[in-house]
Amino acid sequence: MPETKPVLVFGYGNLSRGDDALGPLLLEYIERREKPVLRAVEILSDFQLQIEHALDLENRELVLFVDASVVCGHAFDFVELAPARDDSYTTHAMSPAAVLAVYQSIKKQTPPPCFLLSIKGESFELGEGLSAAAETHLAAACEFADGLLDGLDVAKWRHRAQEKPH
Amino acid sequence: MYEHLETAANRDTLKRVVVDPVSRVEGHGKVTLLLDENNKVQQARLHIVEFRGFERFIQGRPYWELPVLVQRLCGICPVSHHLAAAKAIDQLVGVDPESLPVSADKLRRLLHFGQVLQSHALHFFHLSSPDLLFGFESDIGKRNIIAVLTDYPDIGLQGVKMRKYGQEVIRMVSGKRVHGTGAIAGGMNKALSKEERDYLLADIDQIIQWAVDSVALIKKVHCANLPYYDEFATIRSNYLGLVKSDGALELYHGGIRAKNAAGETITDHFDYCCYNDLIHEEVRSWTYMKFPYLLSQGKEDGWYRVGPLARVNNCDFINTPLAEAARVEFKAHGGGADSLSAAALPPSLAVEAMVHSTLAFHWARLIEVLHCAESIKDLLHDGDLLSGELVAQGEKRYEGIGVIEAPRGTLFHHYQVDENDIVTKANLIVSTTSNNMAMNESVRQVAAEYLSGRELTEPLLNNLEVAIRAYDPCLSCATHAVGKMPLQLELRDVDGVLIDKLVKHSDGEIERA
Repeated sequence: MPETKPVLVFGYGNLSRGDDALGPLLLEYIERREKPVLRAVEILSDFQLQIEHALDLENRELVLFVDASVVCGHAFDFVELAPARDDSYTTHAMSPAAVLAVYQSIKKQTPPPCFLLSIKGESFELGEGLSAAAETHLAAACEFADGLLDGLDVAKWRHRAQEKPH
Repeated sequence: MYEHLETAANRDTLKRVVVDPVSRVEGHGKVTLLLDENNKVQQARLHIVEFRGFERFIQGRPYWELPVLVQRLCGICPVSHHLAAAKAIDQLVGVDPESLPVSADKLRRLLHFGQVLQSHALHFFHLSSPDLLFGFESDIGKRNIIAVLTDYPDIGLQGVKMRKYGQEVIRMVSGKRVHGTGAIAGGMNKALSKEERDYLLADIDQIIQWAVDSVALIKKVHCANLPYYDEFATIRSNYLGLVKSDGALELYHGGIRAKNAAGETITDHFDYCCYNDLIHEEVRSWTYMKFPYLLSQGKEDGWYRVGPLARVNNCDFINTPLAEAARVEFKAHGGGADSLSAAALPPSLAVEAMVHSTLAFHWARLIEVLHCAESIKDLLHDGDLLSGELVAQGEKRYEGIGVIEAPRGTLFHHYQVDENDIVTKANLIVSTTSNNMAMNESVRQVAAEYLSGRELTEPLLNNLEVAIRAYDPCLSCATHAVGKMPLQLELRDVDGVLIDKLVKHSDGEIERA
């Protein structure tokens, strides 16, 4: 089986549920870029986050979660995550902060630096494509992600997370 | 049983309580209670906001897209839809189940065992174990996986790793975690490599041992408070599911068996391609979700349960030794036909041939986890997974029906195509729809037996959710965007005026509004 790469980019969402596709679509954009830096990056996708994804954080140096969000205040938000026991641990779909909390519980150690890129979405019906607004938000988020991947450096990512609004 | 609580006579004079949405189930469910001035429950209903757009989503697409496309119907059991669709489109290319290449059949079964194992593991360890280990009315702060990981670290970690193992089985067989193309029309896309087989074999003995331990745990939990577990949300019902030709438990392909509450056979080895002659769906004015029933038993008495409890109740035996031993013990607990003690009892001492306890869904679910783990090991030692013919061909047909036992119960996919291979008609019956009447009955039982006359509190209302969660309903919603799953409780007086409101936000904060 392949060795674990130091950087993980984990996008989640359903390609056939309108703006829920924003996470996976950003991953597709990254894969198309074929940057040399991506040799150090593992790209994973799933419908939604669950407890076992805590194990995907093992032996990473840097992690980026990418998701659609209805509560995003701008085209996209970029924040550093901390483990949190939020309500999502009682559902079939967990928040990235709750996944970090599971990691911390089972590994008895602080998770690697994890960031969340949330892209604003508004419509999530089965069979729909991206809304016009989400198309615009995705383009802005892709440009931002390009910048992130140009420097796989925790300090730089933390600095970007401080810059608001996006 | 509790039908009298479906519709109250004097609804305008009653207080209304809404549990919206029910948490730790997939999608969006809502419970409404109507109470009189003494807090006696006069009406209880489970409303499921079911998405009925499946058919529209599928119609107009070429059939060969379906195995990938239908995975997007549900973020919880995509492999179940993938395999049910694959079985249906096998028929569209003229390949019946018995004509599927042996290697392809075994690869699909391996994929399915992986899916059922990971789905059941998630449900028990993550969604249900907090209730079962800490108590249904325990502090809400305790009822979550983090608390389980803290107080029962071994059990919590086993849940995470069993879930991961099932996902790895799926990834090895289909090439990807999601959107994989394992099954194709008439067969499978690829065999398992020796490296992939060895990777999965490395952990399977540990998974089997954890599955054995989890069966022992649920038996201990269940039997530690036997009267309560046997009575809570319990209803006597018919049961429906697939069985093998020899009567053994079957998850991938078989005939339909239905038994009544007394354990008498209603139908056996029924060809699922004729399901329209067996099952009809009733519409009721107060919910979008249909109520399926066995035609021969009529609308009133023909409703049935599907899923782990139905399958373990219905089958004559399980063809893996550890799960079979667990099944015999399970049935003995219910006084079932396999029970030695039951056989010794005189007919006047009525014993149940079926286990009707709704909380026994959890026990049956873990027996199936054990069966899946044993079956995965058997298959991994089978050389047919590594080589052999993978795709069969036949003569085009215009109609295909695929049925499998998904983790939550029997799943029907039915398609018709035109001469250009475009789907012109699609019909799906998902397992949660089959359990709709049963879930409503269980909600009414809990409302009548445990809530009526008591002041409503969050722990008390969790009892309703515990009853619903036992069925592991999947409410057909793979959308997960942050901010879409708040919990809201409303209490209104006899004039309909809002007198209390509790809101649980998506970050877990609870606010009295």
